[in-house]
Amino acid sequence: MSRRVAIVGTGQTDHRSHRPDVNGREMIYEAVKRALADCESSIQDIDAVVIGNMDHFESINYVDTWSVEGSGAVMKPIMKVTTGGTTGTSVAIAAYYHVASGLFDRVLAIGWEKNSESDTTAAIITCSDPIWDRFSYSGAIPSLATEASAYMKQYGATQEDAARVAVRDRTHALNNPHAHLRKPITVEDVMASPMLAYPIKLLDVCPRTDGAAAVVFAADGIAQQIAPKPAWIKACAVRHTYTWFGDVDYTAGLVSLQEASREAYQQAGIGNPADDIDVAELYLPYSYAGLKWIEDLGFCRRGEGPTFIKEGHTDMGGKIPVNPSGGVISTNCIGATALLRVAEAALQVMGRAGQRQVPDVEVALATGFGGCFWSDVVILGAARP
Amino acid sequence: MTTEQDYGQLLTLTFSTPMPYEWSIGKYGSLFFKEIREHQRFVGIRCPQCGKVYVPPRRLCAPCFEELYDLVTLPNLGTIMAFSVVNYPFPDPATGEQRPIPYTYGYIKIEGADNIFSHVIDETNVDKIAVGMKVAAVFKDRQEMQGNIQDIRHFKIVRGTHV
Repeated sequence: MSRRVAIVGTGQTDHRSHRPDVNGREMIYEAVKRALADCESSIQDIDAVVIGNMDHFESINYVDTWSVEGSGAVMKPIMKVTTGGTTGTSVAIAAYYHVASGLFDRVLAIGWEKNSESDTTAAIITCSDPIWDRFSYSGAIPSLATEASAYMKQYGATQEDAARVAVRDRTHALNNPHAHLRKPITVEDVMASPMLAYPIKLLDVCPRTDGAAAVVFAADGIAQQIAPKPAWIKACAVRHTYTWFGDVDYTAGLVSLQEASREAYQQAGIGNPADDIDVAELYLPYSYAGLKWIEDLGFCRRGEGPTFIKEGHTDMGGKIPVNPSGGVISTNCIGATALLRVAEAALQVMGRAGQRQVPDVEVALATGFGGCFWSDVVILGAARP
Repeated sequence: MTTEQDYGQLLTLTFSTPMPYEWSIGKYGSLFFKEIREHQRFVGIRCPQCGKVYVPPRRLCAPCFEELYDLVTLPNLGTIMAFSVVNYPFPDPATGEQRPIPYTYGYIKIEGADNIFSHVIDETNVDKIAVGMKVAAVFKDRQEMQGNIQDIRHFKIVRGTHV
């Protein structure tokens, strides 16, 4: 039986398209410093570190050793966890496992990316099989576009339906001082933006960001001494499926998210997600995901995503606000992005989300997405489980 | 590439040489390319446990974690399951050069197979291509073939058979 774990502090950089003033390890330090300050701890209090990014994006294989100066992990147990887009949630879940095991009391989780240091598309292409997929694969955008084209064909969703998701996230970002993109957009703006890979246009998709996030996990008994309102981990689930893009069934929905969320809901005692969850920070790298994947999460039935969005259920003040932080469409420092979902969900539970705070949050959902349609799910709660 | 003038005193260091690699294709993949070259036909493999047919053939069925032996020949015909017309420039990590755009990236279900084959489709007009259309592979001339995925030049839409 594992012990209870809570998040007691978070920190993140002010995300930008380019941070020429810092190298990667210096940028990591900024997030770590803020996370430690958030829980009034020092690096000496930290027993272990888990760190992740897309290491080929900066072409440094041993980021765990290379970055110790910034992560504070000198002579501490540190593990590198990198799982594509799910890196940030995998890092968070690995940090949780460290504490839940009983072996460590306070663990620091770090996610980071200096997207400006490489061509993101070329770097992502190196995740594809070199013999079979790399010739035709052209990065994240077209593989997401292929999912969108299959969904539109199946349910009749339109480009305007998807645009509403981007508008929502970009509007929410106005309340987040850390977000990368902080200018509002309209459905007309999205429709007029350049077509990158049909049906995805420039404003449908996430930016490239330099940024880092850090989260402190603490054990039951210690967490309560550190934070007045810790964010307890109620459940987490990980589903990583195929490595070949051709093994995905485009008519089945995002199967890994269906399975991961089903398991996590069961662990957390959630029966009806849209009713039982107070706020959701979802890893939505592009607008169409905001239509499809809320169906996979059980917020609404198959094909009803567009209506659920249109009726405002995911806006601030709605039934289940999604991405009060502005989400991935407003900030995307890939190795940090999924960890930011966990951090933002924790801020909501802890009551520290400032202008983007949803009132009276008891239960918050965070998801990670990446690689070849893999998913992680984390559920946080205000009540000690 | 950024220069000193862009950032005042903040410099950058650039690196743009691709590193060489030589990947082993394995017995199953090598057989696939041999069949393409000798017979211009697709070969897949069937899992004895779940019955799924994979193309290209591979050693293992991942969900069953079973080794595979039953080779299956498949017709040169498939269905477009999903596609996208790529319209933004990016360097190809395989060559270091910009990949020519626009091009259409497609997921094709070959008749008789259960998984999807990724390749390019020779239609970049979104009004003329749809999920559900039938496609067939166009191969390179035998003497140009090199034993890799580009021995299939592209897939071409078989008009008049739209589902």
